[in-house]
Amino acid sequence: MVYMARYQGNKMNPKRFSVSQIKFYIILIPLGIFMILPVVMVINKAFKPLGELFAFPPTIFVREPTLKNFRDLFTLSGTTGVPMTRYLFNSIMISIFTVVINVIITISAAYAFSKKKFRLKGALFNINQMALMFVATAVSVPRYIVIVRTGLINTWLAHILPLIAMPVGLFLVKQFVDQIPNALIEAAVMDGAKDLKIIQKIIIPLTRPALATSIVLTFQSVWNATEASNNFITNDTMKTLAFYLNSLSTNNAIAAEGMAAAASVILFLPNLIIFILMNSQVMNTMAHSGIK
Amino acid sequence: MANRNARPNQSKKYKLRFQRESIQAFLLLLPYGLLFFTFIAIPIAVAIGLSFTYFDVINKPTFAGFSNYIVLLTQDEAFLKFVLPNTFKYAFIVGPGGYVLSFLLAWMLAQIQKVPRTILSLAIYTPSMLGNVFIGVIWKSVFSGDQSGIFNHLLMKLDIIDQPIMFLLSPDYLMNIMIFVSLWSSMGIGFLAMVSGILNIDEQLYEAAYVDGMKNRFQEIIYITIPSMKPQMLFGAVMSIVNAFNMGWIGVTLSGMNPTPGLAGQLITNHIDDYGFLRYEMGYAAAVSVVLLLIVTMFSKVAHGLFGEKDELV
Repeated sequence: MVYMARYQGNKMNPKRFSVSQIKFYIILIPLGIFMILPVVMVINKAFKPLGELFAFPPTIFVREPTLKNFRDLFTLSGTTGVPMTRYLFNSIMISIFTVVINVIITISAAYAFSKKKFRLKGALFNINQMALMFVATAVSVPRYIVIVRTGLINTWLAHILPLIAMPVGLFLVKQFVDQIPNALIEAAVMDGAKDLKIIQKIIIPLTRPALATSIVLTFQSVWNATEASNNFITNDTMKTLAFYLNSLSTNNAIAAEGMAAAASVILFLPNLIIFILMNSQVMNTMAHSGIK
Repeated sequence: MANRNARPNQSKKYKLRFQRESIQAFLLLLPYGLLFFTFIAIPIAVAIGLSFTYFDVINKPTFAGFSNYIVLLTQDEAFLKFVLPNTFKYAFIVGPGGYVLSFLLAWMLAQIQKVPRTILSLAIYTPSMLGNVFIGVIWKSVFSGDQSGIFNHLLMKLDIIDQPIMFLLSPDYLMNIMIFVSLWSSMGIGFLAMVSGILNIDEQLYEAAYVDGMKNRFQEIIYITIPSMKPQMLFGAVMSIVNAFNMGWIGVTLSGMNPTPGLAGQLITNHIDDYGFLRYEMGYAAAVSVVLLLIVTMFSKVAHGLFGEKDELV
């Protein structure tokens, strides 16, 4: 206790404010503002009327907010004749399916890796570890070939299947399953519980934080994904919102400026909401994760 | 690791149980394994295979030996003069640079109170979940080439320049802007892991070390903080590397063209897209992919060397 007093100022995770923290606030607050400012700027831009969008000098904050950009975005059906609501619907359905299937598949794989004994277990898990650094864009060409050969081209599954096996998710969830005592599983087996029951009653409730993190990561990757729409789908009615909004913002037409900002906001909001909802779970996961 | 609990028990009952467990494990792993195999392992194998062929998508691939690699490493001027140096410069600054930055930020955040820490962490994490559309919209309007571009406006107001600069179309600026934007959006999940890792260190370790004669914050970081959170450090490193290479679209998004102006922002992933999807020289694109995978592996090996525990294979 004597030492505690001495190191109060330097302590990690301090409970109270102390003068020695001021130096960190001096760096962190402006930096935090700097990081978030561009985001605030685009959100403001999304609500700007046409006059303000091209006002000179350029402004950051909106003066007379309007929903016109959002309305335009929803009524615009572009050159393809596909309304935006269709893309929105596609993205929502694809994201839901991907996240749900991902959770089910990841948890059963994590359970097997953590609690089952079988040959090659170590080797297989090491392969997954190596795949943590898998850069999907590096193999976009072979992936395209695989999609064509498996007949998945121009199907909904082309959006979903490539994003399901996520090495990071498996890795994080497995570390949580590792912490569940074997005795608990054995007791359940004694009581006649089958694997599905064990996963449902023991594994899922005890790995909530890691599952939440996996959901956040999967959702971010599928919601923002454009690879499938760009390369695997030729039918415009089957493409995603991210793809549509991306093409909208790249053709940089004058009228598109405000709409592109509105589009960005629509794309970003679900990510933000899901992350804020799961924030404490994610932090909890990270405290117990790491590659040893 | 795998057989930690296995005892040399050869009884029939044990064998049966092991067999049953193997079947269960197989079934549990099957869906993940199948998808992993189809969309991660096979594409890598196909990339390696195709890299030894000439393939234009329409005709069957014909065997070409090492010619793709030879052309890539001796004749592809764009690759040797721009793409490779660009990629290394970009990856070094955004990968290890972003990594050091995220550690320092995490370290500072760990030393302030909980509520401001949560808010500031969220602010710093936010750019990493924006996605390329949002990032494009933001930075294109900041660095826009006319006088209504915010950065140009600012510079002109401060009398630093008198003509607006076409930042995103200028080979002189594009790369630096790409690095800047990537660093801005690189404080992702690895950064969160480091914040949690630092907070999770037992305080008594610090106290004990000070009693043992540790003198300053720098020693504290080197001898206590980093060694106590090696798993998070390695996780953060791997995530930084992956992020650096996954941001390959940034130059094309900012400048709006592939190849980027003067090839100034051309990264290896753009080179792959250029040959694969614009010129349909799939064999050649595959060879470039293999080179990229080798570079990523190399970066990752260094990270494991620094922070990994010696008895692990990977």
